[in-house]
Amino acid sequence: MSDIFSQFDPLQGKRFQILDENGVLSSDPAIAALRPLELTDELIRQSYEKMLFMKMADQKANNLQRTGRMGTYASIRGQEAAQMGAGLAIKPEDWLVPAFRELGIMWLHGMPIENMYTYWMGNEMGSLPPTNVNCIPISIVVGSQMLHAVGIGLGMKKKKEQKVAVAFFGDGATSEGDFHEAMNCAGVFKPNTILICQNNQWAISVPRNYQTASATIAQKAIAYGLPGIQVDGNDMIAMYVAVKTARERALRGEGATLIEAYTYRLGDHTTSDDAKKYRDPAEVELWKPRDPMIRLQKYLAAKNLWTQSYEDELVAKYEKEIDAIVEKAQTIQYNPSDMFDYTYAVLPPQLQAQKEELLARIQAQV
Amino acid sequence: MENPKLNIVEAINLALKQEMERDPSVLIFGEDVGKDGGVFRVTDKLQAQFTEDRVFDSPLGESGIAGMAIGLAMYGFKPVVEVQFDGFYHQMLDQMLQHAARMRNRSRGRYTVPMVVRIPSGGGIKALEHHSESIETFIAHTPGLKVVYPSTPYDAKGLLLAAIRDPDPVLFMEPKRLYRAIKQEVPLEDYIVPIGQANVLQEGTDVTVIAWGAMVREAQTAIEALKSNPATANYSIELIDLRTISPLDQETIFASVEKTGRLVLVQEAVKSFGPGSEIAAQVTEKLLYSLKAPIARVAAPDITVPYLQAEHWYLPNAQQIQSAIIQTMNT
Repeated sequence: MSDIFSQFDPLQGKRFQILDENGVLSSDPAIAALRPLELTDELIRQSYEKMLFMKMADQKANNLQRTGRMGTYASIRGQEAAQMGAGLAIKPEDWLVPAFRELGIMWLHGMPIENMYTYWMGNEMGSLPPTNVNCIPISIVVGSQMLHAVGIGLGMKKKKEQKVAVAFFGDGATSEGDFHEAMNCAGVFKPNTILICQNNQWAISVPRNYQTASATIAQKAIAYGLPGIQVDGNDMIAMYVAVKTARERALRGEGATLIEAYTYRLGDHTTSDDAKKYRDPAEVELWKPRDPMIRLQKYLAAKNLWTQSYEDELVAKYEKEIDAIVEKAQTIQYNPSDMFDYTYAVLPPQLQAQKEELLARIQAQV
Repeated sequence: MENPKLNIVEAINLALKQEMERDPSVLIFGEDVGKDGGVFRVTDKLQAQFTEDRVFDSPLGESGIAGMAIGLAMYGFKPVVEVQFDGFYHQMLDQMLQHAARMRNRSRGRYTVPMVVRIPSGGGIKALEHHSESIETFIAHTPGLKVVYPSTPYDAKGLLLAAIRDPDPVLFMEPKRLYRAIKQEVPLEDYIVPIGQANVLQEGTDVTVIAWGAMVREAQTAIEALKSNPATANYSIELIDLRTISPLDQETIFASVEKTGRLVLVQEAVKSFGPGSEIAAQVTEKLLYSLKAPIARVAAPDITVPYLQAEHWYLPNAQQIQSAIIQTMNT
């Protein structure tokens, strides 16, 4: 049976795209037919609204950092479609294992924006998800978290559960040894796992072609005995189909899939970075028209589902919502006991003594 | 049923078998732990009893073993993984330090990592490079991890059961030199040796000797030799088997040194920045004025573990411990 993984073989330089840069569905009827029925124009419109919300929440985080109200922040600008497509395909019972450029997918999976602001404002409490949300805290150590998704996916398989664990990471992570151990173990154990690489072409200042001599990241999967596919990461529809198909594969017991979302980091690496130092502005100009937001606007406009005034209304509405979230996040106080209380289930006596000493010191300063 | 006399390998194997029977969430994996039963045979016959679903070989990659175990532990399993030899722990150090140790804290209690890493540890078996290391400092220096190091079959079983049932990651160091050196009656019934509790093996009032792992045996040999020598036979020596490196049992250590006023620390690891240094510092902070003599430390020199021809010069031995005790007593 032919599936998208054999149709879009990365070794043959194929990239999976359904909606092109002009917001037009593929003229190849076989490819256009890959868009599933449930992905209606209405659902695409709703998804566009969510992408706009995450884009604005992301921009707000940048602003908060610039005005000294937040620590370093890593923007998702340009990667909204990759996260939206995946978010549509992942179910609430699935487990998300993110890196640090994942505000969109974390929010879609149920992590409140307020939590993420709390996290980036420097309070670990932000990583405590609501009870019904399965989201592992952000992993800052690049490339180390895919193994956790392999372990969780293996656990799901052992418990014979119809769920998957989904890891997100960047192109830089594929140079780490743990990426290769995760791929290798995923091949051997066939866990309920999806590995999603957001290849945004840059790992801080190092471009993709310095990370690996492989023509694609997706093709690395072949050597480990699992399917890999390069998807146009700025095509929300193709991303949805790829992740959905990978999920179905995993639930059939066929194991993990590597999905390379070919996208672009339109912003700096983080708020502490200035990409103008190392990145040719002409390259950014080249990518601007490929902005995933613009692509969906064009698609929806052609269906009379998008206008500038509709956009303006949404922006005004979301601004208010996001401001309210900021306000709430700013009221969350850091409880100094928390620094100690989650080191172990039960604090050993010497840590108890150190905690009391620190709390007394803080008390004395008040 | 009569309690069997077991060596450390057999005691650990019994603990694993009984805990896997009791708790279906316990999994064992690592390099060669399946059919082969591990290079030291610690997991012998467990795969046959519990099937490949619960006891399985992993690809040869320590970071992968630890990373998967972290995922499985967060998902409700209790993985007990094996590092084949101490020196290879470093290849999983990143996963253990950056993730296993921090996940509870990072997620503010939502995700926890109740896993055990079994590490055959220390020298004295004439092995290759990287097979004779004492790595307890690397682990004990990390908040969020616990480190235990039994020296007897009884403690090996009881501490392993405590480690598997502990809600946090525990590094279980096994003195490979003693694996088959001693047999002891080991209860068949369920018992634990609590983590964080040292064991006073012998009470005394003149000098406290603290050792762990294979060094406990060396200390015992030293103490026996002193007893049989008329010049030192009257020494009243208190011997403490530390059993848990982290968290340290301050209560037992302080009570003993307060009583004796003299302290000899014995560690197989290199001398500087080890648990011995930490215990000496804590005793100095707390009990300086109770000390009748400077604290003595017997440890390996601060050099790379030599190959097997020189191992016997490198490893701390009973002779050095005797000398340290005599010197401390004569101060």
